[in-house]
Amino acid sequence: MAHDHHPTGLSRWLFTTNHKDIGTMYLWFSFIMFLIGGLMALGIRLELFQPGLQFWDPNFFNTLTTMHGLIMVFGAVMPAFVGLANWLIPMQIGAPDMALPRMNNWSFWILPFAFGLLLSSLFMEGGAPNFGWTFYAPLSTKFGPPSTDFFIFGVHLMGISSIMGAINVIVTVFNMRAPGMTLMKMPMFVWTWVITAFLLIMVMPVLAGAVTMMLTDRHFGTSFFDAAGGGDPVMFQHIFWFFGHPEVYIMILPAFGIASHIIPAFSRKPLFGYSSMVYATASIAFLSFIVWAHHMFTVGMPVAGELYFMIATMIIAVPTGVKIFNWVATMWRGSLTFETPMLFALAFVVLFTLGGVSGVMLAMTPVDKQYHDTYFVVAHFHYVLFPGAIFGTIAAVYYWLPKWTGNMYSEFWGKIHFWFSIIAVNLTFFPMHFSGLAGMQRRVPDYNMMFEGFNQMSSIGAFMLGFGQIIFLGVLIHCIKGGKGKATDKVWEGAEGLEFTHLPSPAPYHSFEQSPEVK
Amino acid sequence: MTEKTTKYYVPEQSKLPFIGSVGLFLTVFGAGNFIHNTTDVVTPGPFGSMGGWIMTAGIAVLIYMMWSWWSATIRESMNGLYSHQMDRSFRYGMLWFITSEVMFFAAFFGALWYIRTFALPWLGGEGVDGHKAMTSVIEWPGFQALWPLTITPEEAKQGLKASFETMGAWGLPAINTAILLTSSWTLTIAHHALIEKNRPTLILFTWITAALGIIFLGLQALEYVHAYQDLGLTLGSGIYGSTFFMLTGFHGLHVTVGTIFLIILSIRCSKGHFTPENHFAYEAGAWYWHFVDVVWVFLFIFVYAL
Repeated sequence: MAHDHHPTGLSRWLFTTNHKDIGTMYLWFSFIMFLIGGLMALGIRLELFQPGLQFWDPNFFNTLTTMHGLIMVFGAVMPAFVGLANWLIPMQIGAPDMALPRMNNWSFWILPFAFGLLLSSLFMEGGAPNFGWTFYAPLSTKFGPPSTDFFIFGVHLMGISSIMGAINVIVTVFNMRAPGMTLMKMPMFVWTWVITAFLLIMVMPVLAGAVTMMLTDRHFGTSFFDAAGGGDPVMFQHIFWFFGHPEVYIMILPAFGIASHIIPAFSRKPLFGYSSMVYATASIAFLSFIVWAHHMFTVGMPVAGELYFMIATMIIAVPTGVKIFNWVATMWRGSLTFETPMLFALAFVVLFTLGGVSGVMLAMTPVDKQYHDTYFVVAHFHYVLFPGAIFGTIAAVYYWLPKWTGNMYSEFWGKIHFWFSIIAVNLTFFPMHFSGLAGMQRRVPDYNMMFEGFNQMSSIGAFMLGFGQIIFLGVLIHCIKGGKGKATDKVWEGAEGLEFTHLPSPAPYHSFEQSPEVK
Repeated sequence: MTEKTTKYYVPEQSKLPFIGSVGLFLTVFGAGNFIHNTTDVVTPGPFGSMGGWIMTAGIAVLIYMMWSWWSATIRESMNGLYSHQMDRSFRYGMLWFITSEVMFFAAFFGALWYIRTFALPWLGGEGVDGHKAMTSVIEWPGFQALWPLTITPEEAKQGLKASFETMGAWGLPAINTAILLTSSWTLTIAHHALIEKNRPTLILFTWITAALGIIFLGLQALEYVHAYQDLGLTLGSGIYGSTFFMLTGFHGLHVTVGTIFLIILSIRCSKGHFTPENHFAYEAGAWYWHFVDVVWVFLFIFVYAL
């Protein structure tokens, strides 16, 4: 690549149209948000180390849980996946860039403003949003602090960003594939992302509608969520979870795709059951639209509705089981090695399954009425999000980092990061199953003495987990600055895909100006 | 789908996306302060009284951004930088954008449907096995679930009479339905004229379509005045007023956008920008207009008629 020059300085980043630059910005943005959201989590765990009120007043505690959730969902996990999509999809399908490069940059640059707006609410009169990341009415309408309106507009901006990002992914995948790359030859990461993009386009506008109704209920006299005017606060929950349930799959499907790359590479075998993986992912996405009220079993709904939502939810375990079976079968009699990406991917499979199984428990209406709003739920969704979505992202970063930077990271420190994280993540979240089953409620700053032991384990684990990510930051910076020497073009012995077989390491600023031929 | 075409156009650096982000930020930040200043008792902070100005500045930045962005794409298109593959990117992009718009309206239609099917009957006491729902008995005695809902649960509890009349379907709304359906037809005539290289017909019928859009908006404005002044029907008129104004209001906003779109297309037709082979922008405008039209048909049925 003789003419691989690119703009420099600040304007390179502000005005870029390059998918790699935009991917990099997304990933760093996500990492910063991850640290901010993580600090809030540590604030929560600090308070919960002991029963009684030690550090925060209860309202600020609620603010911490709310902002932690919002930042992690919209600021950390989603942008991390969009960043990976930007970096990887054009390289994996043999395209010169994303299909709509300027819009791509707009999608990114909305985010810092949206989160600036959201975080600024912390300094506003009346405090930041304190009603939980689900912002149920009337907590968020009648009783929300004044800053709620800035939160609403922040959500609008995030939605615009996500929709444009999703449109870009779909257009890129359907229009920019190299000759010969039929749909059923696409890498799994591309497949999972295009399905994720479809989910985003279908549900982000519904979220925008929900917050718009909140805004007019708060200020313009409508009564969507107010029974006095003929509306219904429960309707808010229906609309929210119609968005919210696909949203949780938006936060996991790309990680499925990542695992489907890393496990075959380090098993030195092709992915077992590729087409069943595609169909399973599509089924999960379809089912995600018709199960939302399983988040609302205690709110009051007809028995027929509860039965339907229970059964439909449990059906999701079938395609998910197919995927887990396929990952295990890929490893069967493979020639396995355990580099850092593989370790994170394995932890992903095992611990995500654990979170999935507690999900099946929660799907059962009668028992959910006991589990609802307890730490058991917190344990469940943190198992699918931290060792699921976040470990998936970390695995992807370790796997593709040599391709992005051209340098190998330190395997030693990568493994330390892994072992530190996996011990800490289990220490943090596993005891929550027990405290939850014993009856400890979510979103409460104080608790009964009997839960103290479990909470102390969780708090110690959380601080380990949080500070353990500094190792990750160290490994990243070390690798970008040169790391452990140059990476080969193929990076990993078992690596497959155009980005490894057709591009050098580091991948040039403009890759695939001429489409490669895919056999 | 994956056939080799000429090199795909990847634009150079552009300031517009960043400017657009600044514009969006100023708009919503200003709007937030403006809302607090005008509808809240809470003092909103250092920017409070400037909210309206900040919002106006943000909208101005956004208009500048959109104007420049579309000018740039028109220029690039006229200079032949776009391949067939690029054309397809725009088409797919527009289709999925309209899909997201459909889902935005779905949220409000879903709210209307949920309220009418579940929430109101429950508030009115519909229960299981002949037992009245307790919320109705305790909280809203005397409330009757009817649609259109002119006496809200709160008003029923206080023994008040209906404070407003509902909007009938067969006056202005029916005329507006006819106007929008006609406009879809005139737009299709124009589109066919474009493909058949009949420029006078193209220009005339595109203008007619835009004019029908303007007439629609005028009548819609009249309807709102009628609602507020004669019927007493406002945004605050319980859930009927909420759903009525939010659905028709967002639709009206989209008609406004579509009409501006059509006016620009008409001007571009006069300038000879479109050829039978290359007229993505025209089709995008047509798709958008038909989408707005279809939403209106659903509005007419579910908001006005039923």
